[in-house]
Amino acid sequence: MLDQADTIAMDVPPEADSGPTRAAGEEKKIKTTGRVTVNKPIITARDVNVRYGDKHAIKDVDIDIAYNEVLAMIGPSGCGKSTFLRCLNRMNDTVDIARVTGRIELEGHDIYDRKTDVVTLRARVGMVFQKPNPFPKSIYENVAYGPRIHGLARNQVELDEIVQTSLRKAGLWEEVNDRLEQPGTGLSGGQQQRLCIARTIAVSPDVILMDEPCSALDPIATAKIEELMDELKENYSIVIVTHSMQQAARVSQRTAYFHLGDLIEVGETERIFTNPRHKLTEDYLTGRFG
Amino acid sequence: MDTAEKVRAGLGKRYAAERRFRLFGMGAIVVALCFLVFLFASIIGNGYTAFQQTFIKITVHLESEVIDPRGQRDLHKLRTADYGALVKKSLRAQFPEVSGRRDKRKLYGMVSNGAAFDLQAMVMRDPDLIGKVLDVWVAADDDIDMLMKGHIDRGRPEAERRLKDLEVGWIDRLIADQRLEMRFNSAFFTAGDSREPELAGIWGAAVGSFYTLLVTLLLSFPIGVGAAVYLEEFAPRNRWTDIIEVNINNLAAVPSIVFGLLGLAVFINFFSLPRSAPVVGGLVLTLMTLPTIIIASRAALKSVPPSIRDAALGMGASKMQMVAHHVLPLALPGMLTGTIIGMAQALGESAPLLMIGMVAFIVDIPGGPFDPATVLPVQVYLWADSPERAFVERTSAAIMVLLGFLALMNTLAVFLRKKFERRW
Amino acid sequence: MTTPMLALVLLMLIVAAFEAGRRRAFHVAGNEFRSLHSRPRYYGSYTALWCIIPALLLLVLWLSLKEWVITSLVIAELPAALRSQSPGQLDLLVNDIRNQVATGGAAADALPAVAIAVDRYRDLQWLSYTAMWVAVLSAGIVGAGLAWRRIAPQFWARNRVEGIYKGLLLVCSTIAIFTTVGIVLSVLFESIRFFNAVPVLDFLTGLEWSPQTAIRSDQVGSSGSFGAVPLFAGTLLVSFVAMMVAAPVGLMSAIYLSEYASSRVRATAKPMLEILAGIPTVVYGYFAALTVAPMLRDTGAVLGLSVSSESALAAGLVMGIMIIPFVSSLSDDVINAVPQAMRDGSYALGATQSETVRRVILPAALPGIVGGLLLAISRAIGETMIVVMAAGLSANLTANPLESVTTVTVQIVTLLVGDQEFDSPKTLAAFALGLVLFLVTLLLNVIALHVVRRYREQYE
Repeated sequence: MLDQADTIAMDVPPEADSGPTRAAGEEKKIKTTGRVTVNKPIITARDVNVRYGDKHAIKDVDIDIAYNEVLAMIGPSGCGKSTFLRCLNRMNDTVDIARVTGRIELEGHDIYDRKTDVVTLRARVGMVFQKPNPFPKSIYENVAYGPRIHGLARNQVELDEIVQTSLRKAGLWEEVNDRLEQPGTGLSGGQQQRLCIARTIAVSPDVILMDEPCSALDPIATAKIEELMDELKENYSIVIVTHSMQQAARVSQRTAYFHLGDLIEVGETERIFTNPRHKLTEDYLTGRFG
Repeated sequence: MDTAEKVRAGLGKRYAAERRFRLFGMGAIVVALCFLVFLFASIIGNGYTAFQQTFIKITVHLESEVIDPRGQRDLHKLRTADYGALVKKSLRAQFPEVSGRRDKRKLYGMVSNGAAFDLQAMVMRDPDLIGKVLDVWVAADDDIDMLMKGHIDRGRPEAERRLKDLEVGWIDRLIADQRLEMRFNSAFFTAGDSREPELAGIWGAAVGSFYTLLVTLLLSFPIGVGAAVYLEEFAPRNRWTDIIEVNINNLAAVPSIVFGLLGLAVFINFFSLPRSAPVVGGLVLTLMTLPTIIIASRAALKSVPPSIRDAALGMGASKMQMVAHHVLPLALPGMLTGTIIGMAQALGESAPLLMIGMVAFIVDIPGGPFDPATVLPVQVYLWADSPERAFVERTSAAIMVLLGFLALMNTLAVFLRKKFERRW
Repeated sequence: MTTPMLALVLLMLIVAAFEAGRRRAFHVAGNEFRSLHSRPRYYGSYTALWCIIPALLLLVLWLSLKEWVITSLVIAELPAALRSQSPGQLDLLVNDIRNQVATGGAAADALPAVAIAVDRYRDLQWLSYTAMWVAVLSAGIVGAGLAWRRIAPQFWARNRVEGIYKGLLLVCSTIAIFTTVGIVLSVLFESIRFFNAVPVLDFLTGLEWSPQTAIRSDQVGSSGSFGAVPLFAGTLLVSFVAMMVAAPVGLMSAIYLSEYASSRVRATAKPMLEILAGIPTVVYGYFAALTVAPMLRDTGAVLGLSVSSESALAAGLVMGIMIIPFVSSLSDDVINAVPQAMRDGSYALGATQSETVRRVILPAALPGIVGGLLLAISRAIGETMIVVMAAGLSANLTANPLESVTTVTVQIVTLLVGDQEFDSPKTLAAFALGLVLFLVTLLLNVIALHVVRRYREQYE
């Protein structure tokens, strides 16, 4: 294990060496510690590489995501965990300079295949962002937006029902049912984030990606969201990127540790936190860097 | 039906809408650019011929009996001699068969009125030419020029043509004798305005524009920079400053013609400054361009990082010294860029200048900012109103010159910005 | 002495004042050079500024008032018979006198009284010129002298000099205020005179506009032909046509450039659009009159429509082209101000690009876009050269863009260009129109700037 750590330290110094002159083949692949596969995956990612222009942001990542689990991705800033998350519903497409290679399958279908439609993909793999981003519309319209564009409701009654169910699932219904016509931007930060979750649920996706959903929230709002995640995993797979190790420990069943674009270690959350096998994981968890 | 199926069901329609929308967007750009191309094509297509002009070679005998009968070489006598008669005589010699007053008048009309002035200028420059016989190229009348450029159609019935068969016959003879050819139209660049298209040039308007812009620059640059420095560096944040700021923003959007009304009422009627003078035009354009310059200069001052101000103040410099020694030099390129863009606006402006009388017909080249003058865009306006066909190409050519100057100024501004752009 | 020489004398005086101040600083400091509060050149600058400012102020004041003073004096000395003429005729007489002075003396055929006035005018002019320079130079000397006497080691020269500079900067910044005040006063003053002859209500609600007839029959305002409604209608019609072109094309270009175009396309297309904004309006006017209007007329003839060769359509169309870059760059700004998070949120739900634009970005940017369109309308209303060259002069009250209409700006230009008597309602009407134009555009601008500012604050 020590050897490996040294190799990493030598071979993958921060960014400097991962310049464009080095072809992908020359780079030494770091083998991920722990089991990356699961028995019944909804998403499987193999050999995923992401380059932002000259920067090699994700290097040969393999990982599976199971049905009805919460997978936490942790790691120091700039380690590529958010980048990887954005690969899973092709949000990187909106960045001109991003190039994704490798194979990511959603229930056996390659999502980067030419035949895969990105709109359908995103309807199935929803995403919640770091900063709450409700549209400047009413609360109702925010939740109804997805069903409307995708044509999920046949009539107004169905739409009302979807909105109500989604807000209930997001634990927001009690707080806002009397002011659905008011702008979503007028809610508090925690409420806004739950509105965004409700908005995502309204499309009934299979997977929900959460990119540090609580980093802009206070502890009470955070607790509510964490509670919500626990309930949501009954119906959805959730992948959450978080800076807070405690949060990862509280909400997730499995944890993946990223370091400088490499997936270092994956495993049951309890095992990772109590008995990390890789030196880098241990250093991070014990607070030696990060 | 699960989500994915429902989504797929609607996809076709949605992507069609997407394509349509994208097409609209592209269409809008293409339409706008087509307008641009069409405009330039129309201007250049109409105007490029104006840089050429038809000239006729006449053989003139500079008879001393006509020019200087007493042989005193008195300059006043030389100036007032009847050179027109010499031109007519040479034309008669060229076409001896022409008789009858009407035909003769047509014959004399073949060459421009300017021919006599050309001879006068030649003699004044070199009195020794008197008594000699010379071949001189003189500008042809604008109708002949139009015929040569194809704007008068030979194929149409005689009655519908400005040039009759007789004149066309003369022209063909001149062409056969190699006495008629197209040459570079230098008068267009050196002459002032004229009622005769073949004598009209843009130099007078260009000089007028120069004086007007000079006055504008001398006033608007220091005042604009001063105002920007005050507002950005010294002004306390209070109501008064707010009022000034709102005012500047509003002035930037006041129609230019209103500035013309101001100039007429204040500078001409109240202060009795001369009408049609570049100095008044400059004053009006100063007030008009000030907001542009102030806004650009403030942006330039804002981009200077506060750390430089802190450093200067920390060394014990006074606030005025800090601004003069450190902030201004760093902000100057940005201010210059803004000023050039403001000047380019001023150069293209015509509406307010109509109000203060810079729309007069002025033949002389202005000698200073107090002389009556016109400016390039107003010259364009004046020529566009003239009925002669030959003014169409001259108007377009004047526009090409004007656009050339504007392109030059804007290129300079872009160059300055690129060269001195600094990211802190 | 000639003016350049006198200016040179003044300049030398300033240099001398600087030098004197500086030397005096050395002198009062004696050996205790350190005891001086400021560096010696600040004492020099202080003295020089006190020379230059009073001199220049006096010069400007004198130059701006002398014409008025001399004219009043000359008029006062005219025989009563000439003085009691109507103001218009008196103006003509004064102009006549001025012309004779300018051409070098009383004309041979001038009335004796006029000849005397011309001579008097000339004398007064010469007197004023001499007195002015004497006064200006003495003001400079006195100012510098006073400043010079104040110089002492403990005199804070730098602070004083900087204070004066700061004052000058303040004056620069108030020019904008003076300009606005000047505009308001000049149009208001003449407008009030106009409204004395023509009631405001007739002007604002009258349906017939023919200022020429009022002049010919010499009926001051009584003909009731100063009804400006046809002008307002014409202006609105042309602006409407312009916005019909500029709003969709400008907005869609902005959307395409900011949401769809690759950076390469953006880098070429955007400056090309900006070129449209840099073309002088007179060029557009010429283009409209020479190319577009005949083209529309011929097309109309083919289709069996009668299109006026000075149709509102031609002017509006070309004006619309001119405003396209204005709309597109303002819209581009507000669309770019919509946070990326909004787009991400929409894309993450599976929205297509056009759905995101239409359902999220445009609603979010709407206030900003409306503000931009208001500014564009204000520009269309105030645009002059295009309509002067391509729209008509006859005040038709019509909503048909194929007919010829006239606009407020066209009428201002026609009324004020060429020979004019300054007191006739015809000329004054131009100022009343100018007042309306100024107020309407000001209102639009204030609303637009307010809306845009509020919009920007929302996303900051």
